[in-house]
Amino acid sequence: MIGLTHYLLLGTVVFCIGLFGVLSKRNAIAVLMSVELMLNAVNINFVAINKFITPNDVTGQLFSIFVIVVAAAEVAVGLALIISIYRHRKSVDLNDFNLLKW
Amino acid sequence: MFEFILPNAWLIPLVPVLAFALIGLFLHRWPKISAALSIFSIAIAFILALVIAGGVFSAPAGTVYEFSTRWLDMPGLQVDMGLLIDALTAVMLLVVTTVALLVQIYSLGYMKGDPGIASYYAYQSLFAASMLGLVIANNLGQMFVFWELVGICSYLLIGFWFGKYSARNAAIKAFITNRVGDFGFLLAILFLQIMFGTLNFGELSDSMAGFTNMTILIPVAILLFCGPIGKSAQFPLHVWLPDAMEGPTPVSALIHAATMVAAGVYLVARAFFIFSAVPQAMTVIAVIGGFTALFAATIALTQNDIKRILAYSTLSQLGYMMMAMGIGAMTAGMFHLMTHAFFKSLLFLGAGSVIVAMHEEQDIWKMGGLYKKMPITTWTFIIGALALSGIPPLSGFWSKDEILLGALASGHIGLYIIGAFVAFLTALYMFRLIFVAFFGSNKAGAEKAQENSAVMTVPLIILAAISVVAGLVNSPLMHNAFGHYINSPAGIEPHPSLIIMISSTVIALAGIAMAWLIYQKQVISAEDLKYRFEGIYKVLYHKYYIDEIYAWLGARLVDGMAKVLYWFDIYVVNGFINAIAYVTAITGEVLKFTEDGQVQTYALYMFAGIVLLLVSALYAVYTVLI
Amino acid sequence: MNNFPILSLILLAPLIGAIIIMCLPKDNGKAIKYIAAISTFLSLLLSLVVFIGYDRSLGGMQFVEKIPWIADLGVNYALGVDGISLPLMLLTNLIGFSAVYASWNNKERIKEFFALLLILITGVMGTFVTTDLFIFFLFYEVVVIPIYLMVIMWGSTKRVTKEYAGMKLTIYLLIGSAFLMVGLISLFIKAKGITGVPSMDMAFLATIDFPVSFQVMVFAFMAFAFGTLLSMFPFHAWSPDGYAGAPTAVSMIHAGVLKKIGGYGLIRIGLFILPAGAQIIAPIIAVLAIGNVVYAAYICISQKDLKYIVGYSSVSHMGYVLIGIAALNLISINGAIIMMFAHGVMAALFFAMIGNLYEKSHTRNVDDFGGLAHQMPRLSVGFMLAGLASLGLPGMVNFIGEFTIFVGAFSTYKVLTIIGVSGIIFTALYILRALGNVLFGPRREEWDHLQDLKGPEMVPLIVLGAAILIGGIFPFTLMDLISSGVGDLIAQVGLVQIGGIL
Repeated sequence: MIGLTHYLLLGTVVFCIGLFGVLSKRNAIAVLMSVELMLNAVNINFVAINKFITPNDVTGQLFSIFVIVVAAAEVAVGLALIISIYRHRKSVDLNDFNLLKW
Repeated sequence: MFEFILPNAWLIPLVPVLAFALIGLFLHRWPKISAALSIFSIAIAFILALVIAGGVFSAPAGTVYEFSTRWLDMPGLQVDMGLLIDALTAVMLLVVTTVALLVQIYSLGYMKGDPGIASYYAYQSLFAASMLGLVIANNLGQMFVFWELVGICSYLLIGFWFGKYSARNAAIKAFITNRVGDFGFLLAILFLQIMFGTLNFGELSDSMAGFTNMTILIPVAILLFCGPIGKSAQFPLHVWLPDAMEGPTPVSALIHAATMVAAGVYLVARAFFIFSAVPQAMTVIAVIGGFTALFAATIALTQNDIKRILAYSTLSQLGYMMMAMGIGAMTAGMFHLMTHAFFKSLLFLGAGSVIVAMHEEQDIWKMGGLYKKMPITTWTFIIGALALSGIPPLSGFWSKDEILLGALASGHIGLYIIGAFVAFLTALYMFRLIFVAFFGSNKAGAEKAQENSAVMTVPLIILAAISVVAGLVNSPLMHNAFGHYINSPAGIEPHPSLIIMISSTVIALAGIAMAWLIYQKQVISAEDLKYRFEGIYKVLYHKYYIDEIYAWLGARLVDGMAKVLYWFDIYVVNGFINAIAYVTAITGEVLKFTEDGQVQTYALYMFAGIVLLLVSALYAVYTVLI
Repeated sequence: MNNFPILSLILLAPLIGAIIIMCLPKDNGKAIKYIAAISTFLSLLLSLVVFIGYDRSLGGMQFVEKIPWIADLGVNYALGVDGISLPLMLLTNLIGFSAVYASWNNKERIKEFFALLLILITGVMGTFVTTDLFIFFLFYEVVVIPIYLMVIMWGSTKRVTKEYAGMKLTIYLLIGSAFLMVGLISLFIKAKGITGVPSMDMAFLATIDFPVSFQVMVFAFMAFAFGTLLSMFPFHAWSPDGYAGAPTAVSMIHAGVLKKIGGYGLIRIGLFILPAGAQIIAPIIAVLAIGNVVYAAYICISQKDLKYIVGYSSVSHMGYVLIGIAALNLISINGAIIMMFAHGVMAALFFAMIGNLYEKSHTRNVDDFGGLAHQMPRLSVGFMLAGLASLGLPGMVNFIGEFTIFVGAFSTYKVLTIIGVSGIIFTALYILRALGNVLFGPRREEWDHLQDLKGPEMVPLIVLGAAILIGGIFPFTLMDLISSGVGDLIAQVGLVQIGGIL
């Protein structure tokens, strides 16, 4: 029987993969994708907890929809930024984006 | 007349101060009007002083008139501006206004053509006002106020020719040296204020009557005496007075011979009830006075500058007065103050007359034979010198004699011997000056010398006349009228003694004779003496090296210490502050490397932070639960 | 007339002037200066009206205005003056007015300069006229910004750069204000805990009996905050460098009045609200105060830059103020207040004269000058007046301050006061040496081109010189007022009265 723990574990694994991607990937687009992974890990948790703890409410689902909306907007803005930076510097490597340095 | 003037005696200092304000604010462009206004104001003060003296001396002895108004008022501290008019005040008023008036008239001739005449007369008026304010003070607070003001006038007038470095430095030296004395004076005032809650002379005198705590009274009396040590140039604070001769000669006559320097003696007389209650302090006063008298007289023997000889003579005579105060002969001290004011200002003005005639030459060895060229100056100068030496019946004889008498009568044999010896030295150095400068052979500069105009000689004649007769007021011929009015219950009043009169006359004549032998007849060679006693001569000529010692100490204790403290301030206090700033900056420099511009590094920090928070939160929960 | 908000008008006149100046075109120098002069003159005139109109027999807070502002914190826009704050308000306006004229020849960015100057004056004045702690703190903070900007923009670089000087000044001010804020907040919270009423009113807080340990702690904070502002040894390092770096007007206002906020705060907030704490901390302050007097006076002797001499001398004089406050009796506190007034006018006059000389000769080194009395007699009069006041000559208001402080302090601290009195010798020494080197001596041809004071340059000399002399010759004009204010304070907190035989 698959219980809450499994879902939470799945969420944790996805979140950690996303976090690892954010911290270690050099490609800005890959980082953006990793952020999406983290957000979706949160979505999994939301939905699962909602289902198992308070099955009569839909608060979790509602929140995950919010997250999806925000994530979509974020991807739009993020990609636009990356494109703009790419046009400027001909690179999407994060190591090159260190203008805000001491 | 007297009834009106008496409560309004504050007019006496007010008139000159108005003259000062008017000259300073409006009239300084017109030197002649300024001079006239100043002389006019001091003349009014002189007339008022005459009226007051007339009133005081027609009243029975011991009558005191006192008026005062609050100046500074708060619970626990009241300082008045007041009038205390008794015989002592009246004499001082007369002396100050007379000499000031004559000196101001004389200055018309002496300062002729000087570009700063207006400010000269402004300062003179301010000085007259301050000095008169000091004289009429009825409390120590007021006295201190005017005490400082005469000090600043002295500063301004010594430095009157401020273009000269020497004048500038002498002015500063005078003020600073006086400040050292005033430090003690001020402390004494603080002690008295705290102890008795008043500074008024009368009230202090009443409170002192039942006060016997000697452990506190001795330091207070000695601190109080510090003021006179500074102002009356007693050893060890005498160094400023000879240098003060950088000022114009009339200033030396008025301030640094007749009036201001005598203020210290006046203070001792005024506060005699404090000193006389403390025998230890009296001894200190007598010893310092006697020592100064001897010390300065020996220096005067070797000096060559006509004004400096007179300056050391003033020091010596001030020491005489202090000695008189210290042995309890308050009447004699004040009497000598009065006679000295007249004959010493006469001598200074005479010296000024010579200096003008010699075109600013002050070395007596470059003068000579002046008696033919300047008869009035010469004869008045000789009268002054005779009075100073104590030849009867001139004024100095009576006053000096009384001091010697007092010393003997009060059992201070040592001081009597010092006093008699100083009288001999006084006659010697004065007539050394006279024989060298006025007689002897003509020197180059003295050829063209000629007598000055009446504006300068008339004051000399008047002062000479006063110097002749002033002594009679306390002679047996006038039944010691002076002593009848001015005395102290604690003072001594010995009976005149013919033996002392004769012996001191002989001593003075011996001094004159010796000067005649050495410098006129040249029976004894001055040069020979100089070589035989070269060591002593050098020490005396260099004024016992006191100035050098002070300069050496000052350079180390004051300037050296100041540099050390400045170093401390820059490198320790500021260094500490800068070190804190530096550490802050260094920390920033180091920590800035954590900001490498990599988004992922920042994200890592964030994650690490979250983990940290989470762990600590879990730990907290864990400890609470277990 | 009773309800006429005269204090608000005095306070706001310079601010309004500043706003008008900001609206003017920046090349209209004449109009800017006139607006500044008129607005400060208005303040000066009105504060003279208040000074004369204050009912000395009645005493207490007068000309009171009160408008609730932040009700939850108990903050009111509350103004009022008594015998302690009125002389300082008058001082602010005397110096503010003179400072405008002392900057008359300024040609660089005058619009910003005068606007900031007027804001600065308002800020300083606000601290003196308010009776509310919050407003006090607010105005105190207002002062910081113009000071910093004016020093780094119009300052001068000698021993230290003007940026360093400005930064030092600002950081010290802010450290002080941080401690002050901690103290104020703890006072507020404690008072609310005891009475249940949120209030920032000084008089109300003074009626509360705080526990002694609390008082000691808060007073220590206050002493540090205000002591730093008053350049208490060893927190004085900002003062000489700051004054040397600052432009003339800022030096005048800073040394003249801003510093006095420290002394005023110590009395008004420290002694008034926390008397028990004051009694315990006071001996420490007294010792440091003597450090100020002697140490700074000594350092002055070795100084060559005129502004450093006055800077260190002001540190030295503040020692007198501090020991006056620390002696905790009526006479000494009276003396401390009149000394603050006296030092204010004297230092402002000194800085005005130095500024004028510096502007013309571009040097402040004592050794570069000599015999200036030949070329500049009026300037010399100004220098002499300030110098003689500084060394405490009778007839100048400073003497009244020193003498009163000595009498008051002597009844509490014998040995310390004796050491302190020796300061009069050192002060005379460095002042007369400096004046002698600058003004007297042979004429120097290289300074023949210098113009003496004339026209607007005379204003600081006349205004401040008159204040020095009137206060010195007729001390009762100020002293009666101050004594009534301090008497109220003493009666309320029950400090020791002077007296007793040794």
